[in-house]
Amino acid sequence: MSDHGKFYSTKFQDTIERKTVLMFVLTAVAVAVGGIVEIVPLFYLPNTAMCQNDPTCNNTQHKDLQGNAIPMDKIVWNPKTSAHTTLPSLANPQPTDWQPGDGVRPYTALETAGRQVFIREGCFLCHSQMIRPFRDEKDRYGHYSIAEESMYDHTYQWGSKRTGPDIARVGGKYSDEWHRKHLKYPRDVVPESVMPNFFFLEKNPIDAVKTTKTLEVMTKMPFNPVPKTIYTESYIAGAAKEVEGKTEMDAVIAYLQSLGNHVKFEEGVNYRD
Amino acid sequence: MEAKLATPVKYDMDIVRWFTIAACIYAVVGTLIGVYVASELAFPFLNFDIPEITFGRLRPLHTNAVIFAFGGCVLMATGFYIVQRTGATKLWSNTLAWFTFWGWNLIIVLAVITLPLGLSEGKEYAELPWWVDIMIAVVWLSYGFNYIMTIGIRTTSHIYVSNWFTMGMIVMITYLHVVNSLAIPVDWATSYSIYSGVQDAMIQWWWGHNAVGFYLTGGFLGIMYYFIPKQSGRPVFSYRLSVLHFWTLTFGYVWLGAHHLQYTALPDWTGSLGAAISLAMIIPSWGGAMNGMMTLSGAWDKLRTDYILRFLVTAMAFYAMSTFDGPVMAIKSVNALSHYTDWTVGHVHAGALGWMSMISFGAIYHMVKKLWNTEMYSDRLVNVHFWIALIGATTYVVAMWVSGIMQGLMWRDYDEFGTLTYTFVESVSAMHPYYVMRAVGGAIFNLGAWIMLYNVVMTVRQASAVRGVNAVAAKA
Repeated sequence: MSDHGKFYSTKFQDTIERKTVLMFVLTAVAVAVGGIVEIVPLFYLPNTAMCQNDPTCNNTQHKDLQGNAIPMDKIVWNPKTSAHTTLPSLANPQPTDWQPGDGVRPYTALETAGRQVFIREGCFLCHSQMIRPFRDEKDRYGHYSIAEESMYDHTYQWGSKRTGPDIARVGGKYSDEWHRKHLKYPRDVVPESVMPNFFFLEKNPIDAVKTTKTLEVMTKMPFNPVPKTIYTESYIAGAAKEVEGKTEMDAVIAYLQSLGNHVKFEEGVNYRD
Repeated sequence: MEAKLATPVKYDMDIVRWFTIAACIYAVVGTLIGVYVASELAFPFLNFDIPEITFGRLRPLHTNAVIFAFGGCVLMATGFYIVQRTGATKLWSNTLAWFTFWGWNLIIVLAVITLPLGLSEGKEYAELPWWVDIMIAVVWLSYGFNYIMTIGIRTTSHIYVSNWFTMGMIVMITYLHVVNSLAIPVDWATSYSIYSGVQDAMIQWWWGHNAVGFYLTGGFLGIMYYFIPKQSGRPVFSYRLSVLHFWTLTFGYVWLGAHHLQYTALPDWTGSLGAAISLAMIIPSWGGAMNGMMTLSGAWDKLRTDYILRFLVTAMAFYAMSTFDGPVMAIKSVNALSHYTDWTVGHVHAGALGWMSMISFGAIYHMVKKLWNTEMYSDRLVNVHFWIALIGATTYVVAMWVSGIMQGLMWRDYDEFGTLTYTFVESVSAMHPYYVMRAVGGAIFNLGAWIMLYNVVMTVRQASAVRGVNAVAAKA
């Protein structure tokens, strides 16, 4: 006995269930909507740190208590308008070098190499880089993180789990020597720590060719690339010298010390809208 | 119609047999690595100062092994099984199915090699290097294309509900994988996502929640809608509920990822939208769970004797529980406490161990009996596996819930002087007993996977032996 002619739902649903292509198309449309609604606007709205070729970053306006908008070049470093015009260099420090508080800048060659090691070792699985706007997080870690601070982070590193503490503002909090000791054998410094020993980073030299290529890749990103005015031809050409003789340990420490001190946050300014 | 069904269809079941065996092996391997990484957090000396086995490199191997190796093989085994039987047709291409099998296993082998070497793209659940991502896309499409073409050549009039879910899952995973994995390579080992900061975070969690969630939900609901009716011998409780379940979940699930980014630098509306839809998802999820449970109406007594049914029904209970847990965690005020803590890990494992593994185990036992046309080597061992899996999963999840909430409360606690009560490291040492408990729970669960592998292998051997005897008898 067949009852295949009978509708158990609606005629439309019944038609869908009989036609493979129709069901495929409708399903493909249904699963696409959510992503389009949530993702696409983030490339056009303010407060999303889309600063590509746009000094206003999609018209982002962080306002102070008087309601005055903070100029975006106070938040995102612009060598054309800043008093400091060059990326900081360990090999050849200049008085014109970027200083903490000058605004968000891309990573230096050594920091870039360190960031690669950071990703390789899966550090982000236990250490977040995203401070939320809560009192306890402010007391523990510092000012809440803002969108602009991760605009050059290709593959963001906000993390999802704090098995260890947040490190969004760890830069400058400890000395290089502390980091070196702690990274090598964490339990020598913090007995309760469950972090693996990363002593082997000291044995690995930095690959200068790879670092140079990474900087080039960063200028080619389709969204938020590092401007050519920052990674200039000469900076990229000098990258190998910046990492010469450095180990992965030096690089990771340089990366950690660069985290979270780029922007000078002012009292009373709402940086979230 | 009837005339067509009268001629028996010779299904392509060898491919299903291989995927099923692979799934049993990966269940053991994936959970074993999980036990090891969990133990590393409880006893850090287990990192043994060997870079390749430190937590940061092994944890992605654990997640990839359980999700893509175990989960993937279960999905492909059940997918190819269901699509043939519900459509009364062979596969569109058996050759392409074998390409999928070997391709998928090659990818798993490459994951085992590259992840411990530290080849990570730095995106959770999408760590594999760019060239493996391309291979995943190709092999996945081979699976999806074959699957949909097989639906196309079915000889039944309607597409069965399981196939809707699996097809939806295949389409969605394709979108998510392709968009999230777009990257510019530096060399063979390293590449960088073309997105950065806020946009990358949103895209990553659009992938991270929805891919893992829909992969481990959509496809496994397909399993539920086929194997629960089959095993219990009862029709699906409500066809209309399954229509509602499918369309609402398919449309809604992909919005949820944003709830991972509450109170971050992502604009507030995005997270709130994700949370609102997450809450709404309780309705289809519970509707679906009820649909699975109520399918047993009139057959509840079978739970006493049918151990396979126990797996399937317990899975529905965990599905209902974790689809309640999830939306609650998406609420902003709860998320403020739960985010960054072990509660999230507990939630994931309530779903992964309780729902998706349990329904997989049930489906595997059901299929093994049909595929080799035999009874299980030991029904008692199926029952033992059930209780061990249940105890292991519960131990794990309870440990993580308690530690997660405790962590969250310790971090935000203030003393009478208005200063933070606990340093961070005090919260780390407070976690130790729970991390041990988690590792023990995981180890118990892993033991269950070994039992299943043993039982399945013995069943297959027994079936082959019987076949051999028959062959000899026939000659004589």
